[in-house]
Amino acid sequence: MDQALMALLTIVIGVGGCVGYFWASNIVLDKVIFPARGLEAGRNISRANMVRPWLFLFPALAALGLYLAYPVFATAWLSLNRNEAGELVFVGFENYRQMFGEDKFWESLRNNMVWLIVVPAMSTAFGLLAAQLTDRIKWGNIAKSLIFMPMAISFVGASVIWKLIYDTREEGQAQIGLLNAIWLQFEGGIWSTVLVQDLARGGAWIKLFRLIGIAVGAGLIYVALSWALGAATAELPYGKPQFWLQIPFWNNFFLMAVLIWLQTGFAMVILSAALRGVPEDTIEAAIIDGANPFQIFFKVKVPQIMGTIVVVWTTITITVLKVFDIVRAMTGGQQETQVLANYMYDKLFVAVDWGVGSASAMIILLLVTPILVWNVWNARKEMR
Amino acid sequence: MDNIAGKKPALTWAVHLSVGLLVLLWVIPTLGLLVSSFRSGDQIVSSGWWRALFTQEQQMSPMRIEGEEVQKDGVFVIEGRLFATASTVSAWGTSSREPAAYAPGETADLGDGQTLTVQADGAFVFSSSATTEGTRLPRVFTTAATPPEFTTNNYNTVLFSPMAGQSIFQAFMNTATVAIPATIIPILVAAFAAYALAWMEFPGRALLIAAIVGLLVVPLQLALIPLLQIHNAIGIGKGYLGIWLAHTGFGLPLAIYLLRNYMVGLPRDIIENAKVDGATDFQIFTKIILPLSFPALASFAIFQFLWTWNDLLVALVFLGTSNDQQVLTGNIVNLMGSRGGDWEILSASAFVSIAVPLLVFFSMQRFLVRGLLAGSVK
Repeated sequence: MDQALMALLTIVIGVGGCVGYFWASNIVLDKVIFPARGLEAGRNISRANMVRPWLFLFPALAALGLYLAYPVFATAWLSLNRNEAGELVFVGFENYRQMFGEDKFWESLRNNMVWLIVVPAMSTAFGLLAAQLTDRIKWGNIAKSLIFMPMAISFVGASVIWKLIYDTREEGQAQIGLLNAIWLQFEGGIWSTVLVQDLARGGAWIKLFRLIGIAVGAGLIYVALSWALGAATAELPYGKPQFWLQIPFWNNFFLMAVLIWLQTGFAMVILSAALRGVPEDTIEAAIIDGANPFQIFFKVKVPQIMGTIVVVWTTITITVLKVFDIVRAMTGGQQETQVLANYMYDKLFVAVDWGVGSASAMIILLLVTPILVWNVWNARKEMR
Repeated sequence: MDNIAGKKPALTWAVHLSVGLLVLLWVIPTLGLLVSSFRSGDQIVSSGWWRALFTQEQQMSPMRIEGEEVQKDGVFVIEGRLFATASTVSAWGTSSREPAAYAPGETADLGDGQTLTVQADGAFVFSSSATTEGTRLPRVFTTAATPPEFTTNNYNTVLFSPMAGQSIFQAFMNTATVAIPATIIPILVAAFAAYALAWMEFPGRALLIAAIVGLLVVPLQLALIPLLQIHNAIGIGKGYLGIWLAHTGFGLPLAIYLLRNYMVGLPRDIIENAKVDGATDFQIFTKIILPLSFPALASFAIFQFLWTWNDLLVALVFLGTSNDQQVLTGNIVNLMGSRGGDWEILSASAFVSIAVPLLVFFSMQRFLVRGLLAGSVK
């Protein structure tokens, strides 16, 4: 196993090199450059202490500078140039002009905006719900652990998992995708199957439960109709297997579901810790004042953890802006599912157009910037 | 929290039910893939994975009789079995209009002197007065109950027989080659920097911390082309060295941030006492800070490991696509493109790729949670 040997060697050299560097540079500083003896012993010690932080910081700063800070400027520069036969030619904002003229760019920007609203909102909402509910039951920790689990799964793995759910086989064949299997249960419209079709079967008790179900369902229908008349009256192709990932616009939501599924656990863990940090006496006071559990949750707890909710929201927002693997693996950005990160990848490595690719990378940076500024501002505030 | 007043039993039940539903929603997708990875390709396409867990009675797809024709007492007989599996026939027929015309053990008269008998275990006897060679044999429609049946063949296939030139096992090794050094190397670099930022006084410290918080959210997409240029210019090109360096660079902001936050919280007394006793910064760091920071180091290591193991983008850009460099995620994306319908291969491959992160996740969840909290709540 040459490869394993090489990896092992790299670890040894890497770690050994680090230790060696820190150790040797300290020795050199203390013994050779500013020795703590002779006439200037005191001054030398304080001088050495002035330099030492930079010795400690140097490898990290060098790596950060080279691998993150420099590329930002280099990309900004690349976005103003065109790569013509290996030569960079300065073209000003021509790349941006070209990009703004492309439908695919606007499509990815539009999709990204929808992603930016839906995914953080849904993940945070589900996370909050899961955090609140699991804190109140005995097997809550197991439940948490299971909801948290997708965190360990790669975006690509999740794409495979969800592709199986969205799988479509032709009409008449057995559907192996869970979503289509469920969809096909709704032949002849969603309510007819659930409530009416099966009413005739079953014993008296079951009939009674069904009647209750109908009553509840009727209420739900009424509510649903009142806020989504259009959606409720739309002619949906019930009874036919659907190609979920090929329905324009809505397929975006099927991709978003994957990321929501992945990110909810993260939101839940952090919000759960925040909920536990809510002072007991505020809750007790609310109880004494006769608040019901919902009021306690929405009017006492949620306002107190608002700061954490914002942090979770922004963290997921950043993940969304970088989302690439899911779109790449599931649709490749086809059928109107393009997003910025994948658009950028296509430009950079498929079309090999560094100018426009860099320009789109700059758009991603631009979208991240408000969060960046906000984070830095918060960190500064905290340190004072 | 037991301090909610007026906890009604109905409400408690509602909570249990809702949590159950949530957990189910979150587990079922993964479960589906797991179950599928233990079914043969035929099984996967013939029924949904959720049916695989139970004995299922279903109408099987029509099968044409086949077998060796033997002449016995003037009649031509074909004997054989309908299924390779241990299915039990409950009804059968010979036309699509009446697929359940006969019970097992009954004999159907097919006309022209042909008869067919199907037993409950799928054994059939077909006899004909004239030879059937060159003619189409009748089809059998059956309704049969099949017990759950699982196989580990898929894993054997994906791990040890190369597909499209590369076995998943090789990709697995490549991923490990990327992930392990890329996890270990940044830790020490970050730890020294974090110590300097947490416990050493020097001008510009606050600015540096702010810069690191800023770099935390810089999308690594921006870094791809400039870094590739650098790597090509200095002769690293596409390869393991390049990706280790890249992952180290990309992982550092989080590492420094997490570790600094943790180290700042360590008790000041210990460090000052050590200083009074004449310990140098280097000694304080190696003898006191590093051992005390173990939980933070562990949580960063887990993050970095999950991130490097699961990464697709950095590997696509900084590694080649040759056999000895393609990682698991890249391999699976290729499989999804070229063999998207072969669920037995896809599901097993995907499970090989997520098995290690899941193992790490379940064994070290405590550190992961702690790291998340240190990184976000503060």
